[in-house]
Amino acid sequence: MEVLSKGDIKTASHSPVLSKPLPAIYRWLGDRIFLTVAVTLGLSIIFLAGAMAWVLIDDGSMAFREFGIIGFLTGTTWDPGVNFTFGALPFIFGTVVTSVVALGLAFFPAVAVAIVIAEYAPRWLSKIIETLVHLIAAIPSVVVGIWGIFVFAPWMRETVYMPIYSWAAESHPSLLPILGNPIGYGMTTATIILALMIVPFTTALTRNAIHQVPKEQREAARALGATRWEVIRMAVLPYARGGILAGAILSLGRAVGETMAVAMLIGNKNTFPFSIMGPAATMPSVIINEFREAVGNLHLSSLMAIGLVLFVIAIIVNLIAAYITRKLSITGGQGI
Amino acid sequence: MKTMKLNKLSNLAILAGIMILAAACGGNVERDARRTEREARVDILGAGATFPAPLITAMADEYRTKTNNRITVNYQSIGSGGGIRQFIEQTIMFGMSEAYLSDEVLADIERSTGGTAFNLPITLADVVPTYNIPGIGKGLVFDGQLLVDIYMGRITRWNDPKIAALNPGTDLPALPITVVHRSDGSGTTFVWTSYLTRISDEWGNRVGYGTSVNWPVGLGGNGNEGVAGAIINSPGAIGYNSLSYALLNNMAYGSVVNSSGNTIEPSYEATTQAANIELPDDTRVLFTNTPAPDGYPIAGFAWMLVYENLDRNNAINNREHAQELVEFLVWSITEGQELSETLGFARLPGAAVEKNFDMISRIRWKDEMIGQKTLEERDLI
Repeated sequence: MEVLSKGDIKTASHSPVLSKPLPAIYRWLGDRIFLTVAVTLGLSIIFLAGAMAWVLIDDGSMAFREFGIIGFLTGTTWDPGVNFTFGALPFIFGTVVTSVVALGLAFFPAVAVAIVIAEYAPRWLSKIIETLVHLIAAIPSVVVGIWGIFVFAPWMRETVYMPIYSWAAESHPSLLPILGNPIGYGMTTATIILALMIVPFTTALTRNAIHQVPKEQREAARALGATRWEVIRMAVLPYARGGILAGAILSLGRAVGETMAVAMLIGNKNTFPFSIMGPAATMPSVIINEFREAVGNLHLSSLMAIGLVLFVIAIIVNLIAAYITRKLSITGGQGI
Repeated sequence: MKTMKLNKLSNLAILAGIMILAAACGGNVERDARRTEREARVDILGAGATFPAPLITAMADEYRTKTNNRITVNYQSIGSGGGIRQFIEQTIMFGMSEAYLSDEVLADIERSTGGTAFNLPITLADVVPTYNIPGIGKGLVFDGQLLVDIYMGRITRWNDPKIAALNPGTDLPALPITVVHRSDGSGTTFVWTSYLTRISDEWGNRVGYGTSVNWPVGLGGNGNEGVAGAIINSPGAIGYNSLSYALLNNMAYGSVVNSSGNTIEPSYEATTQAANIELPDDTRVLFTNTPAPDGYPIAGFAWMLVYENLDRNNAINNREHAQELVEFLVWSITEGQELSETLGFARLPGAAVEKNFDMISRIRWKDEMIGQKTLEERDLI
């Protein structure tokens, strides 16, 4: 590779080749083409989102007309067999509980890993940890699901659920309906797996937020005699809180939409009451379970309507994340 | 050394010379042959149920070999619901479903195409109760009412007197029963629930039948493998799988008492027998709880869907394609059935093949009875 210095360019412009007028593509035409392509592609994203929303609304409208929007959102029966009544509440409930609890489980370990990577570990170690975290993120969710079915769920049943269940059966039988059937496939198992799956995501976002804290911030704290822990607590975390929280919310969005592993492990029970260890269902799980073989129009429309609810929830979650980033992010050291 | 190299070189030169000569002489002929072959090449496009997909795919392979790569059957397993929808929208030449077309759909089709649509039985689905009871192998006996009671959540322990009454001499443990069902919509569920509906009015009124239903109890496993995984991993579990899946995975499965009072051990032969009954002309029938004395009671058809007036199906462009479709249909219900057992499917019984011939003979392209003609050419009617 030859590097051109300023002088070279000057001599080049005097060369016979370039003394001719430049072809149109290097003058106005190239600019126009680039502009058109970029704007078209940029706008197509808006169009795509709009088209998706439209399809969901259009196909789901039959269910909303039949049961009413409120009726659909609060209905608790999902009966594609006899009465063809469809209500989404069990799935909304299942989704909210599993993803919020999963985020709760994943948040602190993820932040801890991010702090270790960013602040404590020597460079080589943090590289290794980071690679491993990314590796976990790269495992396809169906593989996690299979591992869950054959390894994790049976293990949970033998070592966690069964002892708790037998203890409750002996001394506190009133707890049994809340605990539910200790089969191994159920809400708790799915939630733990979900937490495991969003840890890498939360870690990466938290690490990014911590990395954006200016060096001066840390140096100032250190200059005031702060210990390492105090630097993190007083200078780094407050500065990065916006990014960390936004990252957590985005991870929540991830958990809300996670489908395959959850469908494989949650036990797929479409009716209340749910219990702690017993089977339940989420919005993505019921869609992936029933969409392919949904023969009835109302059944299909109800699944589409659930898709729309999921779409709206995802948008709300993302908007909240954006709002938090804007509101809590600190620029130029003000407001600590 | 040198001579060897020279030899090699001259050999190569001779070989190249021969090849050039051959190409010069044979090129035209070969090219012509290839061209006619390409012109005659036909893609038969179908989509639908996932359960018969392995069979159809194998049939497609076999059929392509048989026709020297001329006919390709392109089958997409998008599910029964999708199959029916694509069939109505006329984007495929045939559909495949484990639920037959309803009266309303048929009326719609009658209005839009001037003819009906046929449900041609192509293979059989059999569903067996699978379980995991430590110390007890396959062959536990169930009857319909017992399965209804278990799936209603009324019988909750394996040593229940009702189970013991059907299995004298078996030492049943006091293990709680964990009910497992399919969570994804599936033809297996359709057959299973239609059996329970046939047995019990209460089931029919409360739960009904379909590719997915509102289960009173139990947990759902995703796919045959999900149900199998849950059963294998949970002592005391009962579920249902297709027979071939249970055999393939060495799962313990039960025998079922049929409506004639005979205890039937599931087998492909018993499944075929179940459908060997008086069938209605359009074969739109659920024969779970079959009256056939040797028939296995939890079985059902998978149907191929085709229009009566093939020219009115937008997915079929010309008469030749229609002709190829009809020939494939005929082949798949006759010679194609030979593939069944090796792939874990039960063969069509004679009664169903007869009805299929009757229906195919009514298939038309404009005014031409191409179905009738094809069957006559092959001496099948």
